[in-house]
Amino acid sequence: MESAAVEVRDLVKRYGRVTAIDHLDLRCRRGEVTAVLGPNGAGKTSAIEICEGFRTFDAGSVHVLGLTPDDPALKPRIGIMLQSGGTPQAARAGEWLRLVSRFHRNPLDPRALLERLGLAEHARTPYRRLSGGQQQRLGLAAAVVGRPELVFLDEPTAGLDPQARHACWDMVRELRAAGVSVVLTTHHMDEAEKLSDHVVIIDRGRVVAEGSPAELTGAERQLRFRARPGLNLDELLSALPPGSAAKESPAGHYIIEGHVDPSLLATVTAWCATEGVTTEDLSIERRTLEDVFLELTGRELR
Amino acid sequence: MTTLDLSPAPGAAPLARMVLAQAGAEVRATLRNGEQLLLTLIIPILLLVGFSKAPFLDVAGPKVDFVAPGVIALAVLSTAFTGQAIATGFERRYGVLKRLGATPLSRTGLMLAKTTAVIVVELLQIAVLVLVALALGWSPHGNPLTVLLLVILGTAAFSGLGLLMAGTLRAEATLAGANLVYLLLLALGGVVLPITAFPEGIRPLLEILPITALTDGLRSTLTGVGGFPIGAALVLLSWAVLALAAAARWFRWE
Repeated sequence: MESAAVEVRDLVKRYGRVTAIDHLDLRCRRGEVTAVLGPNGAGKTSAIEICEGFRTFDAGSVHVLGLTPDDPALKPRIGIMLQSGGTPQAARAGEWLRLVSRFHRNPLDPRALLERLGLAEHARTPYRRLSGGQQQRLGLAAAVVGRPELVFLDEPTAGLDPQARHACWDMVRELRAAGVSVVLTTHHMDEAEKLSDHVVIIDRGRVVAEGSPAELTGAERQLRFRARPGLNLDELLSALPPGSAAKESPAGHYIIEGHVDPSLLATVTAWCATEGVTTEDLSIERRTLEDVFLELTGRELR
Repeated sequence: MTTLDLSPAPGAAPLARMVLAQAGAEVRATLRNGEQLLLTLIIPILLLVGFSKAPFLDVAGPKVDFVAPGVIALAVLSTAFTGQAIATGFERRYGVLKRLGATPLSRTGLMLAKTTAVIVVELLQIAVLVLVALALGWSPHGNPLTVLLLVILGTAAFSGLGLLMAGTLRAEATLAGANLVYLLLLALGGVVLPITAFPEGIRPLLEILPITALTDGLRSTLTGVGGFPIGAALVLLSWAVLALAAAARWFRWE
């Protein structure tokens, strides 16, 4: 059987007395896009950089394309994009990409790749004079120029404008269509939802949930509406079937969770009518990945 | 939209091609860097011309015969030590060493590329300085192979020291430190001022500096006064072994 793109078992990584990765299991299948989500400090970058061979680990096993991360045979087969840095400040965009391409046997044409990512007219611009979005795109170009089997992208769209973000998404979709495995980290839930086959949510160095975006968001639906703040939700709940939940967050925005069906909708609107409350923007929605994420990892700032 | 074939076709390029590509990029970066050119070419040329004409320089024989070997040693110092330390320090700071570590170019390949780049730049420097010195009436003697050996030993010693600095200090500290060391060694190492100008008490100390060994070795060879400068070669060899071992031991890539 072909080995997984990434197979991490029982991984532990400590920095001094801080345990950054605490018995993490991670499996990324070949040909799929896997998104790794997690709050800042959850261990995403540590995990990715261990897979890329940049960091050592304390316990567990890590295999990337069936090889250990320190295996020199792995380098030509993976493409990486660091979260930041990695390019000489004075290097011209085109020269840097051509240099990286020369390290590979069958590279893409650097000029065509620059053009594809909208960087052709900046080929002679030194890296430090590119905008943040252009620098990110150059990093993405350098990650794919060697025609790798597996690409690691660490927050590839952080700080990008919408055009650049879409260009990056298109590239990820094209990579997937071409049979390349992609592992990316992100803070953008919509990005994970749109791009990935598999989502892994990490918190405090462990996997707290994983599955396809549809599996994670589940079949559960929510009823949302706006009304005047301060409705008596206990009273509303007593009218609803057991197992329902209601909350007001933020003030004047109400969310009813539970078995959302026409009769529940009727009950809620009827209750509002007897209370003399006019509802606005009433809608039935699936939970978003962001809802799931916040539920699992909490709302407090870290 | 351009169509690109993104389907996997991985593979490392042959080592020689990777090393040449990286070395080429490093040579280009050096030649484009204005501050580096000041240290590697402009200051050595000014010193060569200035001290060859200086009325106060008190040495036996034509002054250019004394100054030319000194500025060749300075050229080696400026590229192998100062330039390499600063460039590598900032590559480390900006994650370039880390990023290159994720390419098929191995660390050995990277070191080969850096050495190749240093040697290419040195050859360019020496070619320019020799032409200027010849125009000033320089008449070099001695065995070119001895000169080559000394330059190689000096390059190894200064590269070791430069990489040790770049791999252990912050980039800003390396920038300041590498320039300071350049100035100190320029002043103290017999480059343009004979070390006989310094008090006798500190001379033994000055004589074991790598720059003094390189300057003396080149000077005695190129003026054709002595045989093979065994003492200078041994001092340089010791520095090379110690500095490269220390760099290999303590160099941090990130």
